[in-house]
Amino acid sequence: MQGIIEVLTAPQTIAYAVIVGIVFMGLQIMAAVMVYAERKVAAFMQQRYGPYRVGPKGLLQPVADILKLFFKEELRPKAADAFLFSLAPIISVAAAYLAFAPVPFGAPTTFFGLLDEPIKLQVSDVNVAVLVIFAVASMGVYGIVLAGWASNSKYSLLGGLRSSAQMISYELAYGMSLATVVMFAGSMSLTEIVDAQSGYWFGFLPKWYVFPQFIAFFVFACAGVAETNRAPFDFPEAEQELVAGYHTEYSSMRFAMFFMAEYINMVTVSAVAVNLFLGGWHGPFIPANYGWIWFVIKLAFLLFVYLWLRWTLPRFRYDQLMSFGWKVLLPLATVNLLLTAAGVLYFGL
Amino acid sequence: MPLGHYLVLSGLLFAIGAAGVFLRRNLITLLLSVELMLNAANLAFVAFGRQFGTVDGQIITFFVMTVAAAEAAVGLALVIGLFRHRESLNPEAFTSLKW
Amino acid sequence: MGSDALLFYVFAGVTVIGALAVVSQKNPVYSVLSIVASFFGLAGLYVLLEAPFVAVAQIIIYAGAIMVLFLFTVMLLNAPREDAAEWDRSHPLYRPMAVRIGGVLAVLLALELAWALSRTSGLSVSVAERPAASSIQEMGRVLFTDYMFAFEVTSILIIAAMVGAVVLARKRED
Repeated sequence: MQGIIEVLTAPQTIAYAVIVGIVFMGLQIMAAVMVYAERKVAAFMQQRYGPYRVGPKGLLQPVADILKLFFKEELRPKAADAFLFSLAPIISVAAAYLAFAPVPFGAPTTFFGLLDEPIKLQVSDVNVAVLVIFAVASMGVYGIVLAGWASNSKYSLLGGLRSSAQMISYELAYGMSLATVVMFAGSMSLTEIVDAQSGYWFGFLPKWYVFPQFIAFFVFACAGVAETNRAPFDFPEAEQELVAGYHTEYSSMRFAMFFMAEYINMVTVSAVAVNLFLGGWHGPFIPANYGWIWFVIKLAFLLFVYLWLRWTLPRFRYDQLMSFGWKVLLPLATVNLLLTAAGVLYFGL
Repeated sequence: MPLGHYLVLSGLLFAIGAAGVFLRRNLITLLLSVELMLNAANLAFVAFGRQFGTVDGQIITFFVMTVAAAEAAVGLALVIGLFRHRESLNPEAFTSLKW
Repeated sequence: MGSDALLFYVFAGVTVIGALAVVSQKNPVYSVLSIVASFFGLAGLYVLLEAPFVAVAQIIIYAGAIMVLFLFTVMLLNAPREDAAEWDRSHPLYRPMAVRIGGVLAVLLALELAWALSRTSGLSVSVAERPAASSIQEMGRVLFTDYMFAFEVTSILIIAAMVGAVVLARKRED
């Protein structure tokens, strides 16, 4: 008993709890920020103002949205399977949060000397981190499929099945681009992959993997956008086609959970892309301890690219989407894998 | 954790899977029970591999998983074909070859 | 109880309860979800056995791909719930006495297995005696040298299964 209390109050444990809290709250705040950013960016791209009444420059709009969702009536179709209907958003949100666990967002820090030894800015440092992210991403499919099935409605079922078929098709290209980066870095641990990207070539070009592996970055970007069901790959939730796809019958908090899960998935995919291809927390002009600032900057840039894509490009039709995933991305990723393997083996890259 | 515990668990899972194959009257649940038996074998492989300190146990699980995936795919395709024929998933409905 | 033993019993409990739910649920969707829960328990057991790669592969391949395939099939076929009334009570194998004797035999088999296992020496040796050889580099090396043939044949098997599944599930165009 004494030992347990000692372990619980040790500075390492408290620091660890602080990090878990930062990640959890950070993801929720990012989701809220993304709600606002999406509407503002969409508005400016469409030459209008977007929300500007609620709070200064509309900054309190996410608060208004969340309050509205809290107070809406919670509906459930009578013929819907009650257990699965409630379980689906829980699975979606849980998978979304869990996927961020192995992602590091800064260099090991001692919190300004409060701790004796540095602690990693990561919820869990496993040495198969890349695979864990992939595994949890496959779990996200269940939330969508069960939502479509449990709503007991034609539109939801079709939307759910199409969405999950799209997700598992693009998982293959996703995994292959991950495998390419792992081959290049020689390790599956995200911390080691980021550390392999420190330093500069020729004195000014950072050693980020986006430069030698631009094909893998392209494949990862396309597959990541498709995995999160965002435009231009969002046919299953397109308003004009299937009412709202798998979350047609959901309202209030359950809908909010799907909404949040989508934004948090976006944040996770962008964070993984930053770590794998854009050098994580390494960058000029900022000392290594504050590397998380660079991480946040790069993350914000990638999220802006997500929004940019949504409000600029038209939507793919479903068969175009599937044929792109299977006939273009997958062969591209495979050829890239072969070339990288040849390069690593024979030229020692 | 003694090895015997893992083997008993593996045997138990296998027995539950076998009971499912015998007792269930739904083709899809039957295939699920077969998957359960394959997983029981996987667990025994990994436990023994850990016991002898080699990595072979884990390698064999990959082949078992791959075979299970292939068999599930073909099995489900067969189930779909059968369903189109008889509109039923009950194995009792497919007894036209019985004497 | 050591934390290792506690974790073992927790994961083993999840696995067994999931397995029992699979064979006893009437709704096929619930069966698939129960087996996914069971697979998570198994993944935990693999981590305890110091095989993290197998654990993650279990989640990716089994729970993430094969079970999604099962779920698709259940939903596409709109698989009907199984009724106990569908059991043909006149069949000799389903008469009450036969079921009871079968149950007693199953319990006897389980007891005998447990007895046989407890009498064999070397099985009570703790699993963590020798250092684990579970590094991924080691696995990759062995996979491409000792098990090369099996690896290549597996790829042919996968292609055969893919082609077979597509051909078997195709709609007849007549």
